[in-house]
This record gives sequence, C-alpha cells and structure tokens, in this order.
Amino acid sequence: MTSTDAFIAIREVEKFYGSFQAIANVSMDIRHGEFFSLLGASGCGKTTLLRMLAGFESASSGEICIDGQPMSEVPPYLRPVNMVFQNYAIFPHLNVRDNIAYGLRRLRLPRSKRHEMVEEILDLVKLPGYGDRRANELSGGQRQRVALARALILRPKVLLLDEPLGALDKQLREQMQVELRRLQRSVGITFVFVTHDQEEALTLSDRIAVMAGGRVLQVDTPSRLYEAPRSREVANFIGTMNFLGARVVSRANGHLRLDIEALGQLDLPAGGTPLSEGDRTCVAIRPEKITLHKDRPGGDAPALSGTLEMTTYLGERSHFHVRVPGCDNSFSVSAQNNTIQGGEGQASGRPVWLTWRDDALFVLGKD
Amino acid sequence: MIDAPLTGTRPAVVQERRPGRLAGLFHRSESLRGYTMLSPTMLVMAVGILAPFIILLAMSFWTRQGFEFDTTPTFANYARAMSEPIFGAFLARSFWVSGIATVATVLLCYPMAYYVAFHVHRNKMLWIVLMTLPFWTSYLLRVFAWKVILGYEGVINSALLSMGLIDAPLEFLLYSQTAVIITLAHAWAAFAILPLYVSLEKIDRSLLEAATDLGDGPAWRFLRVTLPLSMPGVIAAVFLIFIPTTGDFITPALLGGPDGAMIGNLIQLQFGAVNNWPMGAALSIVLMLWIATVALVFLLVTRKAQERLA
Repeated sequence: MTSTDAFIAIREVEKFYGSFQAIANVSMDIRHGEFFSLLGASGCGKTTLLRMLAGFESASSGEICIDGQPMSEVPPYLRPVNMVFQNYAIFPHLNVRDNIAYGLRRLRLPRSKRHEMVEEILDLVKLPGYGDRRANELSGGQRQRVALARALILRPKVLLLDEPLGALDKQLREQMQVELRRLQRSVGITFVFVTHDQEEALTLSDRIAVMAGGRVLQVDTPSRLYEAPRSREVANFIGTMNFLGARVVSRANGHLRLDIEALGQLDLPAGGTPLSEGDRTCVAIRPEKITLHKDRPGGDAPALSGTLEMTTYLGERSHFHVRVPGCDNSFSVSAQNNTIQGGEGQASGRPVWLTWRDDALFVLGKD
Repeated sequence: MIDAPLTGTRPAVVQERRPGRLAGLFHRSESLRGYTMLSPTMLVMAVGILAPFIILLAMSFWTRQGFEFDTTPTFANYARAMSEPIFGAFLARSFWVSGIATVATVLLCYPMAYYVAFHVHRNKMLWIVLMTLPFWTSYLLRVFAWKVILGYEGVINSALLSMGLIDAPLEFLLYSQTAVIITLAHAWAAFAILPLYVSLEKIDRSLLEAATDLGDGPAWRFLRVTLPLSMPGVIAAVFLIFIPTTGDFITPALLGGPDGAMIGNLIQLQFGAVNNWPMGAALSIVLMLWIATVALVFLLVTRKAQERLA
C-alpha cells in the first residue's frame, strides 16, 4: 500500500508504561471509509492503540497522522475523532436528547436546529421518539445506539469503537453487528473497531490487524487472514488450524521443497515467506479442508493415516480428532453432517485416512 | 388406622415446619422488615427529637410570668420577633455569616476532595483520615486555637509586627465577623470534604473521557459533567454546614465580639440570663422556619441551574 491512501497513518508508534512495553513499534495505514478492526486477546495493546488515536494516551515515540494532520500535539477534545466507549459512558444526569446533543455545544446552533439534528440521528440508529428518556431507562442495546448516535452526530473523520458489543447478549450482538455494518456504509465514516472476538472481526471488517504482545502480526482482509495467515500465532488466533513441523530442503522457482513430519518430502509454493534452505517452519491446513476416509484412498495424492480419537457432534457439522503417528498434536477435522452417516462407523480407535486438495496445505513463515 | 398407609410413605423425621402467622407475614412483607430495621432509630428520633420539638413548639406560644409560665396560647412572642428589629438584624447577620462560611468551606474543600478522588491512587483512606485529623480535638479547643492565631498578640499579628509590615496589631482579625467566618469554615471542613469526596469518587472516569472526546476542554468538562454529577455532594455539604452554623453560638460568643454575635447567642440569652424561655422557643422556631425556607430555595435554584447547564 502506498502512503497516499493512508487516511490514518501510524508510524513507528511505541508506548511504554514504566519499563513495560504496551505497544512495540507499530506502523500501519488505515484507508478512508474503511471498517478496520484491531483484533487480539486482552492485554495485546489494541485498546491502548485505540486510545492513542482518541488522544487519551500519548505515544512514547512515533507519530499518528489523521487525514494528513500529525496528532501528537492535538488534545483529545480537538481531534476529528469520536469514540464509542466499552461501557457506553452515557451521561446519567442527561436525557437521551441532551446526551446526543452534548458535542454540538461548540457549533453554537439554535435550539431548534439542535433538536432537528438529534431527531434525524435518532432515526438513523432506530430510536425514534426516545429523546426524553433518561439514561437509566434504556436497555443495553439502546444505550449502545445512543452512544453511537452521540458520536456520529458530530460527523467525525474517524469513529473509534472500543468493544462496543461486548456487553450484549449473543442475539442482540449479531443484530447490532448487521446494523453497525449498515450504519458504516450509510455514513461513510472510517470505523476503527477494537474486539477480542475473531468471529465479530471477520464478519464486520474490511481489514483486520491481528495484535499480540503490543505488536501487529498481520494486517489483511478477513479472507486473506483466514486462508493465508502468515504466522502460527495468527493462524491459531483466527479459527482452528492444524500444524505440521517442517524443514526447508531447497528453494527454487518460487517453490519450496519441504521435509514435513509424518508426510515426507513435498513441494509447496513459497508465497511471500522469506524461508531459505535449512529453516525450520510449519505447514498448516484448516480442519474443514480435510476429507476423512474410512478406507485407504486410491491415487498418489498425499494422505495421512491415523486413528480416530474422538468425535464431537455439533448439529450441522461434526468435529473429529485424529491421532496421526509422528505428529505431536492430534488433527482436527471438521465435516458437514450431510457427508457422513451420523453415528455409524465413527467409533473411536478405528483407522481413518486424511486427504486434501493440493492448495489447502500451505507453508507459514519462520517459526 | 386409615392414615397408616399414608404416614408410612412419608419419612417420619420430615415434619412440616409451621411458622407462626406473624413470622410468615414478616418473611413475606419487605416493608414490614424495613420498618423493623428502622424502628430503633425511629424510636430515638421520636423520643429525642420529636418530643422536645413539640415541647418547644408548645412553649413558644406561652408567655413568661415572673419565674412561671402563662400557658394561655398566644402569638405575642412571634409578633415580638417580627416587630423588634434586633431579632431580624441578628437573623440576617446569622445567615450572612454562616452563608459566607458555607460558601468558603465548600469552595476550599472541593479542590481537596477533587484531588483525593481523582489524583490520589494509593492510600486514599489515609488521606481522608489525615484531612479529618484536626477534628479529633474538641470544637472548643479549636476555637481557642484560632483565638491564639488571630489575637492581638497572636501568631499572625506578632509575625507581621516583627517583620515590620504593620505598626499596630490588626484589630479586625479577632472579635469580628471575619474571625467567626474563618473559624466556622475551618471547624466544619470535614463535613464538606467527606460528602464531596464520596460524590466525586463515584463519578465514572469514562464519562469524563466521553466529555473530552465530544469536544469539551477541562473547564467545560468540569462545568457540564463533573460539577453536575458531584452536585449531590455539594448540596449535602452545604446543608451539613449551613444548618448547624446558622444556629451556632459558641464561636460567635468566643470570637465574634460585638459585631459577630449571631441569633444563636440571642436564643441562648433567652434561655439563660434573660430567662424568657417562651421567647427563646419562639426564636428557635422562627430560625428553623427560615432555615427550611432558605434550604428549599437553594434546592430549587441548584436544580434549575443544573437544567440550564445541561
């Protein structure tokens, strides 16, 4: 990506709390109008990074630019960003209308114009006629909409969302995900969304930055992150992944000849990996890309033989754990239940064979 | 023995417990339990406050007859309280002095409470205890301590004299309204700090961040979020100081001098040297009614102000 389409440019940002490094040399670009997620386990620095964008935390070094403007000297109340807080931070002493109109003070609008804008935004977040309600009369989902409306009414260049769906129950969360996406499209504002929920990030985002230990591991689209994670950490964080240890035998013409445990020698495309001869690495495959056979498959395609350890029935699909000799971990295999006979022949201990399409197996970066 | 098969099916030890009708009602009714818990306090309130108040109220309609009371109900005391300007003047002065003392106390204590609530992260309780430390000595002792500080040959005057800044002791320091205000403000500070601290401490930090995020700098944020949300503490502090200081008679008696005497001194005189208990009772009732009025007006004004600021 060139820096011209960087609406938010984060350049070599570091943050220390005493000797603890919360953010370690993060650089990335966020495009205009993008739904961008920061994904990671708690304590990975995602919220710290978001609060740096808002201006509540200052970077120990590095610079953040929003729409070309360096932000390090700009106090939070003058930044062109607004935030939806994790607990929504609805002012308890104000009703819904005054909460939403809170940020309009600086615009010095007449009262009628203010009310008009509030009614408009209440319609947008589907809370028409709620202006006179007090904060404590709202449900969790309604509070969230008020928080959204309060931030959106100011038409910020960037909307920051700090795990806004965390406090909602599953059904409401899914409903709000759809609405967030719709809202983001209709207002065209850049959203930066913090979450620890990978499914939520995959559903909502145009692009995701996966974070761990204060570092950004990979910035990519949801499908690229799932299909082609660049490291074991990312592959592990997004969905389930099977790994096989491997060693690079040789590299030629964009292909790697690998010595893979339990599989033997195999050629795989190198992709963008910086691997060279002798490096230790991993190959990976998703559970749903493996086909389970009761009988030894024909042909000379690579196959693994193992024993079925455990079967978990999950309704629309089943999960199998297969122990393969020569592998440290058991293999996860996932299959739609229309392809297997429920219950029949799934006894643990029976021998099974695993096969996959050629492009399902791919090589990760250096370990 | 028709019952025999029935009782046989039931284990003999499980006997149904039959709570008394009262106990059952007690368990079901939340309000009854509430009143039971309140009753010791209510009893004390009734005996210790309501009864004396009724006596005071009754007495205020009597008149003095030498060393006896004439118990014929009459408004004479109230008429006198309204017609003789000295009572009105003392009442006005009391409100003025204690009003200033209240405002000064709340204004001085607010930053302290704010500091402990927002900027002290460890040992908060220690800070609170330290702030209330002066109140571990007796009220009278503290009044005398101020006498030592403010007196003609007191700490301030002798310091200023020795530095050559003044030629004669400052007279307005002691035996004046200033002395009363300073002493009252200091004496009641703990009663302001504690409610202010509690209300500030309760404020969710994310609300302050939200206000900042929505474009308010520190000053606006304080006016639109911190102050309104700490208003319960401010109101509690104002009442806790204003009400008792208006009727205070120790500080004005010891430090007030001729200009500093307040309505409390006058009431005390009626029950003491003047020996006109009905008049004292009437003045007490008048004072109470005025305090109630002022308090109500204050409540209404703060509520209106809060709505305006929002």
